[in-house]
This record gives sequence, C-alpha cells and structure tokens, in this order.
Amino acid sequence: MTRYLSSGRPILEEMRMQGIVKRFPGVLANDHVDFDVRTGEVHALLGENGAGKSTLMRQLYGMYKPDEGKILIDGKEMHFNSPQDAINAGIGMIHQHFMLVPGLTVVENIALGLKSSRGPVLDLDRVEKRVLELGEQYGLKVDPRAYVWQLAVGEQQRIEIIKALYRGASLLVLDEPTAVLTPQEVDDLFVTFKRMASEGHALIFISHKLNEVLAISNRITVLRDGKNAGTRPNENVTRVELAQMMVGRPVILQYNRPPVEAGPVRLRIQDLHVRGDRGKDAVDGVSLEICGGEILGLAGVSGNGQRELAEALAGMRPVRQGRIILNDKEVTNGSPLQHINVGQSYIPEERMKEGAIREFSVADNMILADHGKKPYSRHTFLDFKAIREQVGKIVSDFNVKTPSLDTPVKNLSGGNIQKLILGRELSRCPSVLIASQPTRGVDIGASEYIHQRLLEQRLCGTATLLISEDLDEIRALSDRIAVMYEGRIIGIVDSKDATPDRLGLMMAGVETA
Amino acid sequence: MAELFTLPVLVGILYSGIRLATPYLFAAIGETFAQRSGVLNLGVEGIMLMGAFSGFYVGMKTGSPWLGLLAAAVVGILMGLLMSFISITMQAEQGISGIGLHLFGLGLSSLLFKTTMGGVESIEGFKAVRIPLLADIPYVGESLFNHNLLVYAAFLLVPLSTWVLNKTTLGLKIRAVGQNPQAADTLGVNVTRVRYFCVCLGGMLAGIAGASLSIALINLFQENMTNGMGFIAVALVYFGGWRPLGVMGGALLFSFVNAFQLWIQVKGINIPSDFAIMMPYVLTILALAFATKRAQGPAALSKPYERGEN
Repeated sequence: MTRYLSSGRPILEEMRMQGIVKRFPGVLANDHVDFDVRTGEVHALLGENGAGKSTLMRQLYGMYKPDEGKILIDGKEMHFNSPQDAINAGIGMIHQHFMLVPGLTVVENIALGLKSSRGPVLDLDRVEKRVLELGEQYGLKVDPRAYVWQLAVGEQQRIEIIKALYRGASLLVLDEPTAVLTPQEVDDLFVTFKRMASEGHALIFISHKLNEVLAISNRITVLRDGKNAGTRPNENVTRVELAQMMVGRPVILQYNRPPVEAGPVRLRIQDLHVRGDRGKDAVDGVSLEICGGEILGLAGVSGNGQRELAEALAGMRPVRQGRIILNDKEVTNGSPLQHINVGQSYIPEERMKEGAIREFSVADNMILADHGKKPYSRHTFLDFKAIREQVGKIVSDFNVKTPSLDTPVKNLSGGNIQKLILGRELSRCPSVLIASQPTRGVDIGASEYIHQRLLEQRLCGTATLLISEDLDEIRALSDRIAVMYEGRIIGIVDSKDATPDRLGLMMAGVETA
Repeated sequence: MAELFTLPVLVGILYSGIRLATPYLFAAIGETFAQRSGVLNLGVEGIMLMGAFSGFYVGMKTGSPWLGLLAAAVVGILMGLLMSFISITMQAEQGISGIGLHLFGLGLSSLLFKTTMGGVESIEGFKAVRIPLLADIPYVGESLFNHNLLVYAAFLLVPLSTWVLNKTTLGLKIRAVGQNPQAADTLGVNVTRVRYFCVCLGGMLAGIAGASLSIALINLFQENMTNGMGFIAVALVYFGGWRPLGVMGGALLFSFVNAFQLWIQVKGINIPSDFAIMMPYVLTILALAFATKRAQGPAALSKPYERGEN
C-alpha cells in the first residue's frame, strides 16, 4: 500500500544504488558503490573531498549517467537522463554551491521551470502562498519577495530546501548543507531535517564534518577513493573510527601546542576602519596586537567584517582610518608588495579567486609573488631551471599531490591547492602570517597537515592571525581568541578559558567579561 | 543657432527622431533577449544587412513590402540559427563568432546585391499610416502619429517585451538562464533550447530592423547601408541596462541627437559637418561610460554552458 506525505506526494520507501561505476577521463570517481536510503531516515554520506560523494549523488539526480550499476526506487529500476526525470521520481537535491539565481526574487527562483496555473503567464501570488505554507510547516522562515542577492547564506539555504519540497521531493539529497552556516543555523537546520524525516522523507546528508554526521544521521556510509569503505549504524561508531575510515590511516584530531615564549609585537593594528562593499564601515575600529610565536584566532559569524579586515591587512582594501604596523614599520594603505616586503604572508579566503590562478601551472602559481626575485629570475629573465628546482622542493616539502609542475592548478583538489598556497606563503619564512579560512572546504587529511604547519610556524616565532569560522579549528590552534561582531572586537579570551558556549555567546554579540 | 529653435524645425526633429529610432529599437530589443539569455551576439550588424537586402529584394520582385518583411524575418532567424549553432552548440567564443557573423552578412549582402541588382534602385515600401484624431493633436500629432507601420511596431515592442521578460514563465527562464544556467538546468530548464530561442528571436528582430531601413524608411538598398547601426544597437543594450524601456531611452537619445545634427546640416549652420555627424557617436561613448556602471548585466553573459562544470 502506498503511503503519502502531508504534501500529498507518495512516500519513497527505499532508494537503492547498486554497483555504481562512474569514470571520468583519467579518474575512477565511483568504483562499484552500493548505497541505499529508506523513508524516515537520515543516511550520511561521509568522505574527503574528491572521494566521489557528489559524483554519486549527481548520478542519482540525473546530472551524470552511471557507466555501470543500477538505481532502484521501491524496487523498480530507474534511468534518469536529466534532473527533470529525477525530480519527477520524487528526488530533490540541495547543491553545495547554491543553485539560485541572485537577480531573481525568492518566489521567482522557486517558480522557475514549473508549469504555471495561468499558462504562459506567471502565477507568483499562488507560489508565494504555498512557499509560506511550507515555511510554516517545516520551520523555514523566508521572505518570498526578497531578491536572492539580498539574503544571507542561511536564508538562501532555506530557499533551496523549500524549492525541493515545493517540487514534491520525498527523497532529499543535501550536499554539504552546513558548510556555510553558523553553529546556531546548523542546529535549526537539523531540527528541520528531523521533522522532515519523521514525516516520512528520506534524507541523504553529504558531509565531511564528523560531529555533524554523528549528530544527525541514523546510518553513516563512508566513501574513500570512490569506493564504499563501510556503512555503519550511528550507535556503534566513534569519531576516531570514522576519521580513520575516511582517510585510510589513523588521524590526529587533537594537537600538541607546546608553550612558546612570546616574542616582540610583530603586528599592531590601531583603531582600524575599513569600508565594506556596500560603502559602510565593515571594520569599525579594530585594535589588535600579535606577538611573535603567537597564534591569535579571530572567530565570528561570517559577514561581521573578518573578510574586510583580512583584505585591509593584505593591502588589498583601502584603510579609511587607523594604522597597521608590521615589524615596527607602518604599512597603512601600502600595496600588497610592501606588505610582503616587510615579512608578511597572506593566505586568502578565496583560494581560487585570490590565492591562485586557475589556468596557471603549479610552478607559475608558486612564483606569483616572488617571480621578480632571486632565485626565480636573473636580470629580468626567468630562470626556469632554478624555478623548477625550488618549486619542486616546495611541492614535495608541503606534500602537494600533483601529476607534474606543469599541471594547471584547476585540476588539483581543494586540499592540494591550499597546500600549494601554504607552501608558497610559508617558504618565504614570514614573520607575520594572515591566514583566512585556511582549511575551508579542505579534506581532513590536508586540514590536519595545514594545522601542523601553522603550529610549526608558531614555534619558529611567526605571529599568526588565524581567521576562521570553524570554532574547533580556532580552539585547537590559537593562544588567544578574539571574537568579531559587527565590525568590532567584542572580546579577547585566553584559549584555555574559551568554551564553545562562551564563544557562541560572543559571536552572537553578547559581551562576556 | 537660433533658427534651429523654431517650431517647424523642432517638429521636424521630433518626427525624424522617432523615425530614426525604429531600426535601433528592433535590433537592440532583439539583442536584449539574446543577452538576457547569456549570449552576446555581436553579429547584429551583419544580420541587419542581410535583412535589409532580402527584404528589399523580395519586396521589389513581388511588389509586396509584407512579403519583403517576411523574407527579412526568415533570413534573420536563419542567421540567428547559425550564430546559435556556433556559439551555443559548438561553444565558440561569442565575441569572435559575432564578428565573423557580421563579416559574413556584410560580404554576402554585398555579393548578392552586385549579382542580382547591380545598381541602386528604389521601391515604394510601407506607406505612412495616419492615425486619425491622435494625429490631429496640435504640433506633436503629425510627428508622432503619421508614420509607417514598422515605426509603430518598434515602439509597441517595448511594453510587449517588458511584459514577456517579467511576467511570463518564458521570461523567467530567459532571465534565469542568463544569470545562472546551472541553477536553471538543475530545475529541468533546457538551457540550450532557451538560448537558441532568444538568439533566433534576436536574429529575426535584427532582420526586421534591416528591412525597416530598406522597405520602410529609406526604401532602397545599397552596400553596407546600416553603417554601424547594429553595433550601436549592441551598445544600446548595455546603455539601457538590459531593460527594454532603458533601451528605448537610449535609442531615442541617440536618434534625436542624430536628427538634430541632420537639421544643423540642413539649415547650413556654421559648424563643420564632420563635427555634426560625430555628435551622436561621441554622445554614445559618453553615455556608455557613465551608464554601464550602475546596471547589473546577466552574470553568465558570453559564457557557454556545459553541464557538470563548476
């Protein structure tokens, strides 16, 4: 007997993928993967970046065709040629990069591609009514007439979910839905997921965050190198076990942070004011001092001025008021090159936009900043022999996995690109390091490696400003933790006094003396 | 200078300003659709020339401007199909393929003109249709409501295309495909089909724009008679911020300055004619330099779409 969801759509009892193989030129992305999900459950799909999670799910959503294997829904074999086929079968997907059109309103985004009750003319009022109903039912608050570009990421996420529900999805694939959310938003989202599951939806939750997977899912499947490395019920599996299944070797989740004698103040920021893109002060009077051998963690919900602060410190955004002093030299409103020349390195937040040039080779990316200096150039000519030697050394020192030094960076995984950038910046032996979201979207193995290198740098006496939205990362690495809220530093606490609760309150703007 | 600001001259400028805006409106609104869907078609000029020739030739041979108009529309669609195939299916660089399309249209229309006609002839074309009552409004009536049908059609296209873009499911698809084709694709919108439709629609309107010159406004054909109008039309799309109403504003500004400089020459005012002719173009450059910054164009403009690429 068919059972129905409250939306009137039939419940999808069971989806089963059997022996899925997907090849891309030079890569075996999925290697005989079995995977299934049932109504009422959250099944997590865990794995490093590049393990084949998204590829597997894109086949379920009709964006790729499997080379081998079957997809069964309620025992019936399905052949999806396009997302439309998958939508018709009751499958909805929330993509990691939101599939929203920024210049359209919320209701327009939801109505896109659907038949209208008024034929060729849009019926947005009707869509709006239904959107509000769905929002009410699942606790997803949205403003239907706002333009998507005006909305914060958390709200965009809710629209994606409503979009899938509106189309009658009974199986939802959620591809890294928490990547851009604050801890509080994640909690709210999980409440919604649980409500959906209890109603009879089936949910596939893709993630590489162990805590979240353990918090929400009934079963957990780990993918490694395109293969299913095991499926476990949530009850009898630990974080450490999961991490090991993901990486294929034991992983350190806790770091050693030996005490270091603080050196002289390396970076001094005085009453800094920086304008944001909308013309208002995004950084509104920030003062900080960081000593050699110290990591200062800067926590905060995204959009509270961290990005603008980092850009100003890198010399990429004008300072309206205040001073930046690096190694006792004033560099306020200096060019990025001036910052580099006084011993600063910068790991930008957007590695593909600011950190590297996609089409350039590994070698070319490595010499981006220093191409005019020895040993890379002599008398204005590039010295290719020296470049290959030096770059080869950094690539192997920093464990960058690349087929060759001439491979375009766009063909590397996120973790390897980040290690490349890290290698480039640290091989300069900086006395000040600005690291903005250094492990965002990077797999556990590479994150662990990057963290170790940052801690090593601390022992060498570098002053590090670590800007991150990942509280675990901040707490594991920092000596002191500053919290930024609405463009100001709301407080600085010693890392041993920084409980998640206290930091969470500060991130929400509550001063806790 | 004062003799320019007499009533008959001002009425004349109004009349020719409206008339001259016609080809720009057709071409630029067509191009608005193409660009809104994410395809930059720089070949508008070439399509206009082909439309102008085929409209004129068929109109001359059959004696019917209507059949000429139909021929221009069909040829415009065919040119649009060619552009679509190259830029959407083959994913060629759009700026370059548009320039190729322009040169193709320029060369082919000249060749056909030489082999079929050889010399400049003129035909009767569409006649002015005087709208009763409205045309009797003092001063402006004759200038606004005594034009041929294509002039009226060009201006009616403005509210019509605004409505299609903003109020219909098709318009929503077009806007979505031009901004984030991947998002549209995941919702089951056929990106390729929407783009083909828009480029072919743009081609059809560009063909009609050309015909509006050869069978409605000037009523003759000569080589390269569009003389850069197609490129101005592309610029007008940017100037108008990808909105039909804005495009109309730009077209009117341009055509009025043009009409103004024509009257300067007619009246023999003591400005070197080169400067007069330059005026509309200088104005376009200035207007573009100041106007494009505020408007936000289709984010996926001139980017071919391939499924599965991030």
